Amino acid sequence: MNTQIRNLFLVFAFLFVALVGMSSYWLWRAPDLEARQGNPNLLVRQLLIERGLIYAANGETVLARNREQEVDGQTWFRRRYPERGLAAHVHGYSTIQRSRTGLEESLNDYLTGSNADLATLLDRAGDTLRGLTRQGNDVVTTIDANAQRVALDALGGRCGSVVALEPASGRVLVMASSPTFDPNLVENRFRQATRSNAPCDPAAPLFNRATAGFPSPAFIPGSTFKVLTAAAALDSGEFSATSEFDDPGYCIEYGERVYNYSDQAGPRAFGRVDLGDAVENSINSVFCNIGKELGPRVILDYAKEFGFYEDPPLETPGDERAPSGLWSNGRLFDPEDPNQIDPGRLAFGQERLLVTPLQMAMVVATIANGGVLMRPHVVDRIVAPDGDVVTRTRPDDLRRVVSADTAATLTPMMVRVVSSGTGTSAQIPGVEVAGKTGTAETGRQGQNDTGFIAFAPAGSPRVAIAVYLQNQSGTGGATAAPIAKAVMEAILRSNP
Amino acid sequence: MSLRTRELVNLVVLGIVTTIGFVSVYLASQEVPEFSTTSLSYAAFFLALFVVAHLIVRIRLPLADPHLLPIAGILTAIGLTMIYRIEPDTAFKQGVWVVIGVGLFAGACLLLRDYRSLDALKYTCGIGAIVLLVLPAVPGLGLEVNGARLWVSVGPLQFQPGEFAKVLLVIFLAGYLRDNRELLSMGYGRIGVPSPKHFGPLLLIWGGAMLVLVQTNDLGGGLLLFSIFLAMLYVATGRWPYVAVGLALFAAGSWALYEAVPRVGDRIAIWLDPWAEPDAAGYQLVQSIYSIAAGGIFGTGLGRGVLVRQDGETYIPYLETDFIYSAIAQELGLAGAAAVILLYLVFCYRGFRIAMSADDGFSKLLAAGLTATLAIQTFIIVGGVSGLIPLTGITLPFVSYGGSSIVANFLLLALLLMVSHRVNEGVEGRR
Repeated sequence: MNTQIRNLFLVFAFLFVALVGMSSYWLWRAPDLEARQGNPNLLVRQLLIERGLIYAANGETVLARNREQEVDGQTWFRRRYPERGLAAHVHGYSTIQRSRTGLEESLNDYLTGSNADLATLLDRAGDTLRGLTRQGNDVVTTIDANAQRVALDALGGRCGSVVALEPASGRVLVMASSPTFDPNLVENRFRQATRSNAPCDPAAPLFNRATAGFPSPAFIPGSTFKVLTAAAALDSGEFSATSEFDDPGYCIEYGERVYNYSDQAGPRAFGRVDLGDAVENSINSVFCNIGKELGPRVILDYAKEFGFYEDPPLETPGDERAPSGLWSNGRLFDPEDPNQIDPGRLAFGQERLLVTPLQMAMVVATIANGGVLMRPHVVDRIVAPDGDVVTRTRPDDLRRVVSADTAATLTPMMVRVVSSGTGTSAQIPGVEVAGKTGTAETGRQGQNDTGFIAFAPAGSPRVAIAVYLQNQSGTGGATAAPIAKAVMEAILRSNP
Repeated sequence: MSLRTRELVNLVVLGIVTTIGFVSVYLASQEVPEFSTTSLSYAAFFLALFVVAHLIVRIRLPLADPHLLPIAGILTAIGLTMIYRIEPDTAFKQGVWVVIGVGLFAGACLLLRDYRSLDALKYTCGIGAIVLLVLPAVPGLGLEVNGARLWVSVGPLQFQPGEFAKVLLVIFLAGYLRDNRELLSMGYGRIGVPSPKHFGPLLLIWGGAMLVLVQTNDLGGGLLLFSIFLAMLYVATGRWPYVAVGLALFAAGSWALYEAVPRVGDRIAIWLDPWAEPDAAGYQLVQSIYSIAAGGIFGTGLGRGVLVRQDGETYIPYLETDFIYSAIAQELGLAGAAAVILLYLVFCYRGFRIAMSADDGFSKLLAAGLTATLAIQTFIIVGGVSGLIPLTGITLPFVSYGGSSIVANFLLLALLLMVSHRVNEGVEGRR
């Protein structure tokens, strides 16, 4: 019987090796398994990390903090957002079941303290051995909490967005997207978080209208784009402040008339005007002719210099930012053959142009900053638990887009828009505001995309702003300009 | 060094490991780790228990194998430590069961002068096994837990008779197969078909046991008993065809069950694709696999794994019984889990060595059967919770929480040590 017993032992030895093999196999599969929904291990490991806090620019208003909870002898940290929808699209959310968005996603390594050099790694190994909680770094944003609230209130539940930049530094002072959402609800009441009765379809409250697209950006720039066209016209040397035009009320393209913006009285004709008059009164026919003269290639090349056709630079995740430009059938469209584009309509911001408010804020901030484009940033500094500053964002000039002369020539034209043109409702007592309105027809009655871009004070700009709204029946001057005024006032007041 | 001194040295190692385990769990369970003598006293009490067992063995079975008792001790310690980490109250109950188990172990060693007298009681044992298996199906006595009727409730006491039935079955098979092995090994050609006269009672016992188990819905137990039967049949006859026919029989039986009993079909479907319904039918296995994968090589450390939910329930239901291996694999890692399996392998090796050096058929078959029982049980449950084979609920010997299991395995250990002592006595006598 001994042979049999020996054989039996060999069989068991083999089976036991198979058991160890099976467990090893799961270890090898671990990276794939960890990512699966319903696996508590990775999730709980995240809950054990005390994420860093996220602050508004004042370093006091807490946008994201943690709530502690004792479970199975461990301290769990759950994310809370005390300001709820205030800057929800900027910081996003960090949940266990639904991953992360916004700065919570893109700065996850900093917030969880995983941004380690060797010394911190060694420190952390010691902490783990002692059972200490891992602590993340705090993030201080550039968001002006007060102005942000003003922007959100002014948007008042309409579908739209406000982005305000500090022209000289690129600091994002306001980034509001409406309708907004309560990030506290995302974890357990996701349907409630995504519900909205905002007057647009889809309302998509989680979607950051300031920077993102689905996949294309949400707004048609309309006449606000004329700032870019005018800058290109001046900077290319083809036109000057004194260039004169004849406006019969329309321009002729492909043998057909393209009319000026028409109110109840019908399209207006301005007759003999210069470039300043054209900007002030937003005369389509003039820009149509400028477009035909410059050609679409020149306009698009300047647009690219301003940042079009690239994701606008920011610290938020790449998938929450979309490039502005011509969009055709849900795809960014950069034609090789200029005949594929209507140069006249391109020049006054129609064609198939779609823009993000951040991109248009970059355009107007560049003019405000004398032609130099600064890299926009929403993170001011990252602070370690011991108070040391881990990184601090320094102003970074991306490039000179137009000459200082061009900017200086364009600014008074934009001032005229607010003082006596289409944007008078953006006037701030005692402050010179330079701006440009936009009312883009979507082809449906009462569903215009309206916009207003501006900077102030015109002489030494401290704020550049872009406001865009969807589905409006009024003009940009009537709907968007008052919002810009309110937000700029708030910013100028708090940063005197 | 005498065998018993070697055993004592092994127990000292056990003591060190146990103390470290208890203390780490105790420290991990506290918010501010603070050393206390409570955990030390638990470890000391546990160790004292095994020193008592050691002394009994020293008096009654001085020549028995010195490795088996320490291995059983360390497995019990690992089990207690894990159970304490999951739910301290349950660990206390398990502790009581270990005391009872060691008590019965001592009782068996002291009272049973010669285990070979069991040979004469083999049919009693066989019938006893069946009675024990039928008990849970008796109305008023039986208790249904998790869809299986394998508990008996007498007053405040509940136990699983199946755990004891397996020991009785091994005794019966050892006696019966010893008597009939020549006949069973003979036959025409290699695939012998022995006369129904000899093979009949055996099939009858097996068929009865299987029927009862199917009726009580305890698939793991059924698989275990059937595998013990096959293993011992092979040892007795040396005929692979028996094993082949047995496996074929089993496959046919499984297929029939697959068709007839939805529960069996479900188990196999889950095994083939655990992720088909990860939140429903496949939940246990999927969570068990997550747990094993999460451990990595060295584990999260005792008390630092993800086992207990916010509401105090475990992520894996029956974590401290059927799924204790998954908890070990997470907190002690692959290294810890492999070490546990290595312990069973060494136990197996020592057990089969006893069987090989025994000079009578009954002792050989008894030792081999008892060892195989432990090995098969380990394979069925560890293979089940890691997805190697379809999952059937059964305890991990010495480690899982469960009074009947602990007590029955200590009896198994006692019998094995008795055989070992007698074998070595014979060797000494011939010298």
